[in-house]
Amino acid sequence: MTSLKKLLLGEQGLVVIFALAFLVVSLTVPNFLTERNMLGLLQSVVTIGIVACTMMFCLASRDFDLSVGSTVAFSGMVAVMASNATGSILLGLVAALICGGLVGTVNGVVIARFRINALITTLATMQIVRGLALIASDGRAVGINDPSFYQLALSRFLGIPTPIWVMALFFVAFGFLLNRTVFGKNTLAIGGNPEASRLAGVDVARMRIWIFALQGLVCAVAGVLLASRITSGQPNAATGLELSVISACVLGGVSLAGGRAAMTGVIVGVLIMGIAENVMNLLNIQAFYQYVVRGLILLLAVLLDNLRSSAAGRRA
Amino acid sequence: MQDFLEFRSISKGYPGVQALSNVSFSVKKGAVHGLMGENGAGKSTLIRVLSGDQSADTGEILIDGKEQHYRSVRDAFHAGVIVIHQELQLVPELTVAENLWLGRFPGKGGVIDRQQLTGVVSAKLAEIGIDVDPSVKVASLSIGERQMVEIAKAVMLDARVIALDEPTSSLSSRESEILFALIDRLRASGTVILYVSHRLDEIFRLCDSLTVLRDGKLAAHHPEISKVTRDQIISEMVGRAISNIWGWRERALGQERLRVEGISGPKLRHPLSFSVRRGEILGFFGLIGAGRSELARLVYGADARSGGSVSVDGVTIAADSPPQSIRSGMVLCPEDRKFDGIVQGRSIEENMTISSRRHFSPFGIINPKKEGALADKFIAKLRVRTPSRRQDIINLSGGNQQKVILGRWLSEEGVKVLMIDEPTRGIDVGAKSEIYEILYELAADGMAIVVISSELPEVMGIADRIMVMCEGRVAADIPRADFDDRRILAAALPDVQNPNTPSHAQAR
Repeated sequence: MTSLKKLLLGEQGLVVIFALAFLVVSLTVPNFLTERNMLGLLQSVVTIGIVACTMMFCLASRDFDLSVGSTVAFSGMVAVMASNATGSILLGLVAALICGGLVGTVNGVVIARFRINALITTLATMQIVRGLALIASDGRAVGINDPSFYQLALSRFLGIPTPIWVMALFFVAFGFLLNRTVFGKNTLAIGGNPEASRLAGVDVARMRIWIFALQGLVCAVAGVLLASRITSGQPNAATGLELSVISACVLGGVSLAGGRAAMTGVIVGVLIMGIAENVMNLLNIQAFYQYVVRGLILLLAVLLDNLRSSAAGRRA
Repeated sequence: MQDFLEFRSISKGYPGVQALSNVSFSVKKGAVHGLMGENGAGKSTLIRVLSGDQSADTGEILIDGKEQHYRSVRDAFHAGVIVIHQELQLVPELTVAENLWLGRFPGKGGVIDRQQLTGVVSAKLAEIGIDVDPSVKVASLSIGERQMVEIAKAVMLDARVIALDEPTSSLSSRESEILFALIDRLRASGTVILYVSHRLDEIFRLCDSLTVLRDGKLAAHHPEISKVTRDQIISEMVGRAISNIWGWRERALGQERLRVEGISGPKLRHPLSFSVRRGEILGFFGLIGAGRSELARLVYGADARSGGSVSVDGVTIAADSPPQSIRSGMVLCPEDRKFDGIVQGRSIEENMTISSRRHFSPFGIINPKKEGALADKFIAKLRVRTPSRRQDIINLSGGNQQKVILGRWLSEEGVKVLMIDEPTRGIDVGAKSEIYEILYELAADGMAIVVISSELPEVMGIADRIMVMCEGRVAADIPRADFDDRRILAAALPDVQNPNTPSHAQAR
């Protein structure tokens, strides 16, 4: 019993849970372990996966970002409208990145410089940015004029859709950023003890602003890919994304108290979220139930986080 | 009159330190009894034991001849013992009357009887002579008035013993006088007051009897305060043989390295200046609240300054922020290791290289080999006892954590000024002398070192010169040749008739 507990709450516990779940699902759910379904599954987690990369930094530094869903929708909208207006997809992408980065920077400045609670700040920007997306589009979906915009999501490399490659690239890049750079280590340090980090010479306020700015930029990338996949800018896209992303991160062992995070954990967390949804779809479970299941997963994630923290506390 | 409060051979130990050993004394009914001693002499521990916050390992407390066996603050309440701490325990958003009734509001079925609420309080306040409107919020009161309310609360709870811990530390002299008058009235009503203070003039003004603690032991008990002198009390507070267990040795001092000119900040209003030379260890001593740590934090740039300048090797440090100071070669090992020093949950390696890693990280990409080698080098050099540099720092003992913090700065290379606040607090004896050795070596290599400590023997043991602080000012600057524990302590105590003290300077 204790060794099982150790296994499940330890460093690799999540991977073990994931492997077991994957095995069970593969054996019991028809059509799950097919190439088509696997690619579909990965496609479905692209938005969550990409945004989770920076959410991991946010949580690891003891912050919180609720505005990601709105930012994804808004920057997707900006990309479509700007490229429609200018006739250049590139300009559309740049406009989206600028807008996303701006939202993130505003979050960061308000939180770090004016010392406003991150939860409240991003709750506010979540509403503001969603409002901007609705205003810009008058509440309607905006279709993409140039069909080559679709190619962002439809094109394939080595038989695998581009967005999945982008997600994979982000996983690698942000994993490197977290573990091998001063930025990543400082993120974990300020999450572990902000005051000690400040006294040790880390510019905590600047770090937090950068983390939020990065989060905004990454949301813009996710927004562009999402718009391309759904062939339009949707002001109501990605509602509730923040909760899925935070669930995935916490499920992946990112501590809500800051200071602890691992990219592999987050990847597994994202995949667990994807598999849960995919399996429910395959089993034709009504969409309404999916909310319940998502909520339960979040609860489970937080409970696990709690157990893990107290286990870590006991070891200390 | 008979003894009302009695301590019988109270002992209390914490890991690594015997805070109280075999302390016995008694206080008569209706007496104000002073409790004095240096920092760490055991006053706080004794108060904690009395308040029921902690229980003694051995020994007992008797009130009115009855042995008390309380195990919590609540039990102590019921026994009639109330301790009023420096941090007041009132709810600012409630009114005075509500605070006084808190936890046992008068009324029926959950509906508060407002008439009784304020009525009883007004009567009580008038009775003990406190001039505060019971219907105003506590938040709108001055610190002095809040203290009165705390005392009124104790009286409302029928306290028979009231302990006051440094009650005048944040009061104006007028507020203090009002407090003293109140204490006189309580004395007349037969309440026992245990009065903890560093201020000798207050002790003489108020107390009937006095106990002096030193190193957790009873140093002296004076049943009649009129029979002692100030000098006698100071001797009793120190009176320790000085031995060279500190390993101090003469060093050649070089040019001036650190110069602080007229520095001041929100918590340190009087401008302060000092300088430290190459190879010098300057000790800052003062009682708790004298402003030692505040000074260090201001110099380092951890808190914003309101004036003054800091220069290292003649170069003024432009902005006041820790990164600026670090780049100019001035570093600080903070007072509270747990909250301001270590990053819990991260490894020894990461804690050690948190600042220095920028030197081997082109484009922000850390070279893990160099990082590991650097961490291992300082783990070996400072003799940090750990199986691996990857250990979570929280698993280390206090002494080893302190070494990691030192390693954090030594790995920077080129540190010119090292400030270390409470270098050995919570550290066992063996590790202590290791840390002193490290400081001597660094000084011998030309570093300017500032040691801040509330332990007088420590500062006297390791410093080349001591600056004594008292109430946010420098009260004395004493070279090693003139070290004398009585003189240093006298300078650190506020309001003692001594040429070094600020009160005298003010009078001039």
